[in-house]
Amino acid sequence: MPLVDTRTPDPKKLIPGATGDWEIVIGMEVHAQVLSESKLFSGASTQFGGEPNDNVSLVDAAMPGMLPVINVECVRQAVRTGLGLKAQINNRSVFDRKNYFYPDLPQGYQISQFQQPIVGEGTVIVSVGPDSKGQFEEVEVGVERLHLEQDAGKSLHDQHATMSFVDLNRSGVALMEIVSKPDMRSADEARAYLTKLRTILRYLGTCDGNMDEGSMRADVNVSVRRPGGEFGTRCEIKNVNSIRFVGQAIESEARRQIAIIEDGGTIDQETRLFDPAKGETRAMRSKEDAHDYRYFPDPDLLPLEFDDAFVAALREELPELPDDKRQRLMSEAGLSAYDASILVSEKSIADFFEQVAKGRDAKQAANWVINDLLGALNKSGKSIEETPVSADQLGAVLDLIREGTISGKIAKDLFEIVWNEGGDPRELVESRGLKQVTDTGAIEKAVDEVIAANPDKVAQAIAKPTLAGWFVGQVMRATGGKANPQAVNDLVKAKLGLE
Amino acid sequence: MTDLTELTIAEARDALKAKTFRASELTDAYLDAIEAANGALNAYVAVTADKAREMAAASDARLGQGEGGALEGIPLGVKDLFAVEGVRTQAASHILDGFKPRYESTVTANLWADGAVMLGKLNMDEFAMGSSNESSHDGPVVNPWRRTDSDVALVPGGSSGGSSAAVAARLCAGATATDTGGSIRQPAAFTGTVGIKPTYGRCSRWGIVAYASSLDQAGPIARDVRDAAILLTSMASSDPKDTTSVDRPVPDYEAAVGRSVKGLRIGIPREYRVEGMPAEIEALWQKGIATLREAGAEIVDVSLPHTKYALPAYYIVAPAEASSNLARYDGVRYGLRVPGKDIAEMYENTRAAGFGREVKRRIMIGTYVLSAGYYDAYYLQAQKVRTLIKRDFETVFADGVDALLTPTTPSAAFAIGDAKLAADPVAMYLQDVFTITVNLAGLPGIAVPAGLSGEGTPLGLQLIGRPFDEETLFATASVIEKSAGRFAPKRWW
Amino acid sequence: MSVDTATVRRVARLARIAVSEDEVATMQGELNAILGFVEQLGEVDVSGVEPMTSVTPMVMKKREDAVTDGHKAEDIVANAPATQEHFFMVPKVVE
Ligand SMILES: [Mg+2]
Ligand SMILES: [Zn+2]
Repeated sequence: MPLVDTRTPDPKKLIPGATGDWEIVIGMEVHAQVLSESKLFSGASTQFGGEPNDNVSLVDAAMPGMLPVINVECVRQAVRTGLGLKAQINNRSVFDRKNYFYPDLPQGYQISQFQQPIVGEGTVIVSVGPDSKGQFEEVEVGVERLHLEQDAGKSLHDQHATMSFVDLNRSGVALMEIVSKPDMRSADEARAYLTKLRTILRYLGTCDGNMDEGSMRADVNVSVRRPGGEFGTRCEIKNVNSIRFVGQAIESEARRQIAIIEDGGTIDQETRLFDPAKGETRAMRSKEDAHDYRYFPDPDLLPLEFDDAFVAALREELPELPDDKRQRLMSEAGLSAYDASILVSEKSIADFFEQVAKGRDAKQAANWVINDLLGALNKSGKSIEETPVSADQLGAVLDLIREGTISGKIAKDLFEIVWNEGGDPRELVESRGLKQVTDTGAIEKAVDEVIAANPDKVAQAIAKPTLAGWFVGQVMRATGGKANPQAVNDLVKAKLGLE
Repeated sequence: MTDLTELTIAEARDALKAKTFRASELTDAYLDAIEAANGALNAYVAVTADKAREMAAASDARLGQGEGGALEGIPLGVKDLFAVEGVRTQAASHILDGFKPRYESTVTANLWADGAVMLGKLNMDEFAMGSSNESSHDGPVVNPWRRTDSDVALVPGGSSGGSSAAVAARLCAGATATDTGGSIRQPAAFTGTVGIKPTYGRCSRWGIVAYASSLDQAGPIARDVRDAAILLTSMASSDPKDTTSVDRPVPDYEAAVGRSVKGLRIGIPREYRVEGMPAEIEALWQKGIATLREAGAEIVDVSLPHTKYALPAYYIVAPAEASSNLARYDGVRYGLRVPGKDIAEMYENTRAAGFGREVKRRIMIGTYVLSAGYYDAYYLQAQKVRTLIKRDFETVFADGVDALLTPTTPSAAFAIGDAKLAADPVAMYLQDVFTITVNLAGLPGIAVPAGLSGEGTPLGLQLIGRPFDEETLFATASVIEKSAGRFAPKRWW
Repeated sequence: MSVDTATVRRVARLARIAVSEDEVATMQGELNAILGFVEQLGEVDVSGVEPMTSVTPMVMKKREDAVTDGHKAEDIVANAPATQEHFFMVPKVVE
């Protein structure tokens, strides 16, 4: 397909070389495992990490005479994903065979979609940043297509001196291959794209995005060129399995290519692997002879067709997606772009936030979730899924503040208690005596005592009313922070005759 | 008692119900016949005598209780292309050496569910590629028919040559077969038996070793039209495991046998009058036309203008699909493995040793026509021509034609090792000139014996029907059968 | 179009079939005979004609998403030339 340049070179993103600046051009093919119980064309389980060849049907092992039957849920998942990528949904698509020999490809071909994929062009809005000023840059990355295909099995090379072991548990698991346009211009953008894509898939529930288990893998196409010039020859870095590695792989590959070109060499179009230990890419040793996949429509399968109603029903039940949610949090809840971005960055965080904010002050909820909860999680290296403070517990803390039962300061202490020890915040306030003192009699007594003990300060305060704050502080200290600050303030002013 | 192997399926079925003899006796009679004949004919590549006796005993138990399915106790042979659980399934290829599936094809499962008895696996052309059964790794099958005053060994046709020979020689009551370009109908014609390739999608392909997926269909070879109808009723089903199998009820095909053909419009395609067609084939065809006319059918001349492109289209589409379907034979999960210094060499050595010449030839052609730069000119063009071929038939059927009558083959059975055919693959491919259009268009076609050649060997006529109208084919074929009589080879083995 | 011996070797390599020198020559002749024969398809006017995708017009059957298969590793490797602990074994593959 013809490559179209959608970007104007950005000086910030250029890489200086010995002979001038270079621009990196990046496109990505992401393989995302479809969330489904069973495989794309067989009834075997998709469960990760089974015993060797246990989640394998006769179809997956390509026994003679076996035939594929498509799993309709995988079709739905692909359509949902297409809708989430604001992409063209093709009511008619075709499964093709991609023919090549490999021991973990039992059929001798992969069933994939070549000329007529289920999903056509779409877009992903990527937020890159924040930079040193806390600013985000929005970049639009085009999606070329999304198609359904089978995963291959797995070869293990270190079990035996002269033999590789083949396990077909993954063979036939449904993948969505999401092909981007060559629209990215830096490792940061590529990382942000992959992060955003994963977020969208998780919101949709179409892929768990678990890169450790290989549920998402990226093939990264990297080339370099003079800023705004002709596209250079690209190399494909296969199967990069973490977002961090994607960034490293791009940077090292770009440096490698620049060095070659600046030395007067040319780039060979080739497939490379990223070695995380060395932080470098290397050419694959099993240099397959010129790829000639001999695609043709799979004669065991009819064209995949569905009507508009099928798509409409899926559109109807589509969850709110991160971009929409972010927009809503800004316009309805009045959150800042920064706060909203952080809250929608992961579906689980957004869900947590929305549960806390439900029926409460959204800004306050956002502050607590971002500063206190995410801060604490970050410090302890925990994910939101592992949070010791539930949304209900945090919500209760916020309620206690709103009711005036505790002060903001006590709330921080209470949060820490709940974080460390758990428990119902309301009961903790009772049992630990954290309740704010609103009894004016008790506060008055404390005010009187402070005034009586500090006649010199009284005189000063009468001359300079801002010093009343000192009295408030003293009273708060005397009451262990439990006095209602507003009540203290009012009483101090009244007693000092400042109003 | 008369030789039980002389009974048709219908006759044996009725006699078993009437308890005239037991299923075990019938099975033993066939096992004895196989024992006596297989050395000379090589129709069976595996005889499952123990399994046959067990199944027959079970049939006797059911029959004894007044129970039993439509084929209870009927001994059948199974083409080696069908997976039968625990029994060698090799597609007559070296590359599947020792392969014993842990599963059962849908078609054979249907037969066993109806009470049929499995006698063994039948020889065939390797991976169903051939028209003479000479490409089998298990050696050629010898046609039980001989020319008058000759003991030249003749081919039984292919690829279902073991099936046709076994049925003709009374080594089974009926047999399963498959047809990708004529592999049921041509061997039926060469052995004086009846064979029907049903509409694509009528029989499940699940568990049948694939040759060319978009053309492969299973069907029976039987001694007469009624038996073919009985067998197809049992073999056909709609199968959730085969996406290309149709969801429509299976009619009782036997009920159509003997139905009147009065008022049917039978088309005679003028393009089937090919250059160099022997006069006796033409005469046989005319005789068939006359028979149907006498029975009250209306005979109309029709045109199928793209007929001459069917063979070339087939020899692109079928090898292309085969090259991909046969990629799984790589020495990793089953069958033959020939070591090499690395995995690529292991593949190459295994496939070089495991596939025979014809199979390699078709894999090579298929690989070539799909390869970069050639796809559009060959494969895509062939699939478009296929659309036109199908459209030819649709036009004729839309004009009110109910079925077409043609010869089945351009000649009678030829000699094993025919030098001219062996030297020229295209000449061999021409064997399927009348049958291949039917596969390309997905239509049903039946071959019915219609007479003998000047040399005393069988010749057949073919009827081609509308999609899923196998019943009209059975009705019409039985009219021809009634007029031409039944044919059996003289026993020489 | 007619194939040369280099093409025969390339196609044999794609198809993973080892071929000897003699076979290359024989195959070249046979392939050219067959290709010569199928060449005539080029004369058919197919403008506006859709390639055939399914010979019997019907909607593709689909399965609901349920685990109905698997857990038969023993059956899966039963026919394999070389296995260990339910793995298939092949000559070592270098990536
Ligand atoms: Mg790709
Ligand atoms: Zn892919």
